[in-house]
Amino acid sequence: MRHDEATQPSAREASTGPTRARPLSGAGLGVYLAIGMYFGIVATKGEMVSWFRIQEMFRFQSFHMYGIIAAAVAVAMASVALIKSRRLRTVGGDAIVIPPKELGERGYRYWIGGTLFGLGWALTGACPGPIFALIGNGVPVYGVVLLSALLGTWSYGTLRPRLPH
Amino acid sequence: MLELLSGPWPWYVAGPLLGLIVPLLLWAGGEFGVSENLRHICAACLPTRNDFFRYDWKTRGLWNLTFALGVVLGGVVAGTALASPDPVLISDATTADLAAVGLTTFGGLAPTQIFSWEGLATVPGFVMIVGGGFLVGFGTRYAGGCTSGHAISGLANLQPASLLAVLGFFAGGLLSTWFILPLLL
Repeated sequence: MRHDEATQPSAREASTGPTRARPLSGAGLGVYLAIGMYFGIVATKGEMVSWFRIQEMFRFQSFHMYGIIAAAVAVAMASVALIKSRRLRTVGGDAIVIPPKELGERGYRYWIGGTLFGLGWALTGACPGPIFALIGNGVPVYGVVLLSALLGTWSYGTLRPRLPH
Repeated sequence: MLELLSGPWPWYVAGPLLGLIVPLLLWAGGEFGVSENLRHICAACLPTRNDFFRYDWKTRGLWNLTFALGVVLGGVVAGTALASPDPVLISDATTADLAAVGLTTFGGLAPTQIFSWEGLATVPGFVMIVGGGFLVGFGTRYAGGCTSGHAISGLANLQPASLLAVLGFFAGGLLSTWFILPLLL
């Protein structure tokens, strides 16, 4: 069951709201902390937090990152299909509902926003998950990357009414 | 065992383990998407009249922020107890290409000539760290997701919008790699 999107001013706004009104049901925060730690370890040991690995990917000089993304998507896709076909439930007993991503008329936000993020991804060598993992790995300057990313998110929030979506 | 864990994990180990995060988070009641945390932090820390940041970040985002804190701690564990004795081994072609455009420091998770406090004080370092970070935050929120939310969660859920976003990610990454980095380094 999802809470209504009462804090959002309109239906269109609601589609861009945080995907979950709240976690569906009661896994304690410790569970999320543990899954996060698991991600931080896998991301670091799989070297997807390496700036050099990202360069290798964008230069098509190694299969490593492509293999990781393809294998991750395959496992995730099979899992989602299983969850849907078996109507599996969360640990707290709620139905698992995955909100669709609204494409909109021309999907401007996806390709323009996606390209802007891609520009930053290759410069920093890090998408948001790895930014957190890199801070943990003791590369402190990624704290500045994080602060700047927060400024970017805030700027998007401010400019949002004027941007094509 | 520890030796096996501390060496770099090949793609066919790390990839499937990464994919498992999607069902794990769905089972817990969340959803895999890290960049939303940037919005939650803005909502939590910045006083604003902007509706985009005026929502109850605790009920909507505390689970995901806790997940992000876990990612930092996971990085600590991976970088200490499971630290790899050897540097990240990238292809010779990439090393040669990066050297040719002017990179001099290899080793570590990111080149120290850029990703250090000294590097931040240089023009290329400032552009890559501050400019790059800004684009990551702006672009992910504009696109409504990042590599985890679109490339993994979204593609796994067969969302055309996510495919469009992922094509954008790669277009932007290629532009930066082939046209912007050579000017900066």
